[in-house]
Amino acid sequence: MMFRFKLFLRKLVNLFMLSLCVLGALIAISVVCIMLGYIVVNGVAFLNLDLITNTSVSAGEQGGGMRNEIIGTIILVMLGSILAVPIGILAGVFLSEFGSPRINSAVRFTADILAGVPSIVVGVFVYSIIVRPMHSFSALAASAALAIVMLPVVARTTEESMRLVPDSLREAALALGITRWRAVVSVAIPGALTGIAAGVMLGVARIAGETAPLLYTALGNNYGFEGLTKPIGAMPMQIYRYAISPDANWQNQAWAGAFMLVMMVLFISLGVRWISSKRKTETNN
Amino acid sequence: MNMSDDDLSTSKDSNKHKVKKINSHLISRFIAGLLPNFTRFCAFVVAILLLFILIVLFIEAWDAIRINGWSFITSSTWDPVKGIYGALPAIFGTLLTSFLALLIAVPASFGAAIFLSEIAPSKVKNIASFIIEMIAAIPSVIIGLWGIRVLVPFMADFIQPWLSKILGFLPFFSGQPTGYGFLTSSVILAIMIIPIITSMSREVLRSVPNSQREAMLALGATKWETISRVVLPYGNSGLVGAIILGLGRALGETMAVAMVIGNSPNITFDLFSGGMTIATKIASEFGESGGQSRETLIELALVLFVIALLVNVIARLLVWRATKVKTEKG
Amino acid sequence: MYTLVNNNDFTTKISTETEAPILKVEELSAYYGTFRAVKNVTMDVYPRSITAIIGPSGCGKSTMLRCFNRMHEVVHGAHVDGKVWLDGKDIYAPSADPVKIRCNIGMVFQKPNPFPTMSVLDNVVAGRRLTSIWSKRSEMEELAEKCLRQAALWDEVKDKLKQSGASLSGGQQQRLCIARALAVQPEVILMDEPCSALDPIATLKIEDLMRSLAEEYTIIIVTHNMQQAGRVSDRTAYMLMSDDRAGELVEYGETEQIFTNPKDKRTEDYITGRFG
Repeated sequence: MMFRFKLFLRKLVNLFMLSLCVLGALIAISVVCIMLGYIVVNGVAFLNLDLITNTSVSAGEQGGGMRNEIIGTIILVMLGSILAVPIGILAGVFLSEFGSPRINSAVRFTADILAGVPSIVVGVFVYSIIVRPMHSFSALAASAALAIVMLPVVARTTEESMRLVPDSLREAALALGITRWRAVVSVAIPGALTGIAAGVMLGVARIAGETAPLLYTALGNNYGFEGLTKPIGAMPMQIYRYAISPDANWQNQAWAGAFMLVMMVLFISLGVRWISSKRKTETNN
Repeated sequence: MNMSDDDLSTSKDSNKHKVKKINSHLISRFIAGLLPNFTRFCAFVVAILLLFILIVLFIEAWDAIRINGWSFITSSTWDPVKGIYGALPAIFGTLLTSFLALLIAVPASFGAAIFLSEIAPSKVKNIASFIIEMIAAIPSVIIGLWGIRVLVPFMADFIQPWLSKILGFLPFFSGQPTGYGFLTSSVILAIMIIPIITSMSREVLRSVPNSQREAMLALGATKWETISRVVLPYGNSGLVGAIILGLGRALGETMAVAMVIGNSPNITFDLFSGGMTIATKIASEFGESGGQSRETLIELALVLFVIALLVNVIARLLVWRATKVKTEKG
Repeated sequence: MYTLVNNNDFTTKISTETEAPILKVEELSAYYGTFRAVKNVTMDVYPRSITAIIGPSGCGKSTMLRCFNRMHEVVHGAHVDGKVWLDGKDIYAPSADPVKIRCNIGMVFQKPNPFPTMSVLDNVVAGRRLTSIWSKRSEMEELAEKCLRQAALWDEVKDKLKQSGASLSGGQQQRLCIARALAVQPEVILMDEPCSALDPIATLKIEDLMRSLAEEYTIIIVTHNMQQAGRVSDRTAYMLMSDDRAGELVEYGETEQIFTNPKDKRTEDYITGRFG
């Protein structure tokens, strides 16, 4: 009898605790949906072509857009990628193909730690070594800061993609008499190309939305792109500026700009995930 | 020599061919030597960057460090005019909001991780984990925008007055419900760190061998008993690592927090009060600063960097140790 | 109840009194999704005996074993057709509770799996702790000693009770798992190739242990080692994968008869090594 009662209690506890876990998951999921819901609804409401075609206006005025900032983001992301992608890919290749286990795990470790450095600190760092000596905020400095944020992402995903290429392919190449470096370049890297591209896209999505590093390096510019050595505006900074202001027109544009940015970032992340899940099923087959 | 035109041309071709072969062979050997070294250099760059950042920040902040001394960490006065700088409010705010964020996020994250790892069927698992990870993809400033426009009014109109009514006797909920402040910041932070704690915890739980679960079930345990008595303890250090990773992320979050924390130098446990964190102070006061005050902000960045570094190192070591296969004597 | 007969290499117990089977299996089929792994098995297992299930790898022996304590369904998408009666009660009845059933039928796995986060003592009483609201320390210690003695492990670990369960050697770990299963006081103990991960000396220790346990418990053991089945079991079941990749029961009978005078040609081929 006692056993039966205890068993009933145990099953009750079981049901209760498992339900709490489901609740935890539901809370996390619903928060996402609520957030995205607001962004989509508000963003679409204020989205119009002006956002892309017009330049920004001062507070209190009507209309206006984010044209310069959109261009600024594109420029900064491109420049940041030009800096980060080659170094990152090559570092990833090193981690996967060369080196020794001990050195490589040390490098891998520091790369992961680097990924966890607050991006505001990265901005301050670049401020110290580029902005200060140049006596000017610049697109160059901002790109460097973004590149530092992007670097560990690209390096690690490159390494992991190259790891997925089976060793048997490399061995087959070597057995045919192909030199080591050719085996890497012609066999291993092409095999990992989709994964590497996915990693680059993930890095792009990450830095497109970064604001903190830009505060100390890019400053913002009402006149659009004036050259690599001049300040430059970008969407995240502009959204920040508009969001904290009391001006209604600016706030609406903040929603619209946020919508654009989120859509782009999610689109890239979704695409990357879809591609890598397709690859997983391919390698399984 | 009696050579026909054909012979001449073929011998010329074969010479050209020989030269080409030698050239490509030389290039090949050149690259063979270059590639490993070049990639080694790039890996070196990645590794050394961390050290470089530390050194540069230290050098830049050296003057400020010397002048401000230890009172930097203990004093609350931040007066650029008098040249006195104390970062205690920022440090306090960072600790308070991070702690609260963990308090809110960890139960939800663990619940979600257990759900994803032990309960959910595979179709649900994939969709659910995808959705949860989407938060991590949303830029901080956009979460901040949602925070200012949606969460702050919601806190001000519903949650905070309700808390005041029910628990207003506690010092935590005794202040003015403006919607901004420590509580709202902690909620936003919690939202932002749930994905990382969930996914790390899920990895840790996934690395628990199935034979452990089967052994417990075969003894006549319910699913929850299996999870709580065997699976969670097995993943102990990894789960702690996941929490600390979340903490690391929370420490460095800047934009979203800056937009809802109210930016005042208060040191109080009144959760409705405005405050600041190290990251938000660096971000929001940069514009007005100059000379020594700017160098002090750099010193502040150094402090944040070191804290985040330590926390992340500890976290990574714990997670790394836990997801390695536990080798048992046999 | 039993007489011991020495016949060539086999010392067997022949029941001189008919006792009701403790486990009745009727037309049992086990599925992984739509794939049928075990087909229409019918057999009776008698109390306080050792029944061995032999057959080549992949023929569904372990799958069938796991159906006896409702562990098969733990895998997503796996289900069972047919009936299994323990003491006259259908364990697959809609009102039957898997948690309760697993208290009555214990299991020892192929690779020893003690809980590394628990001490040796806590490992033994882990199952027992589930069913008591609060467990007095002295009661648990007594129970642990009793079960460790039954599992022939007490002398080796009595000074190590506080150490982690994973700190023992492989053979000791497996005996720890047996002690752990005993602590829940099951009627039947299922053993899934319990010696395949162990060295020959540890194997012999466990075989001795099985024989002494069989005086009180019913043991069903799956083994790919024919000689082991011959050494320890009273009855043997031979399973084979049929053409549709489902395992079926070819022959089941007293061990001596199976090994010296198999009725089915397929059994004879396996026994004599012509196949498998």
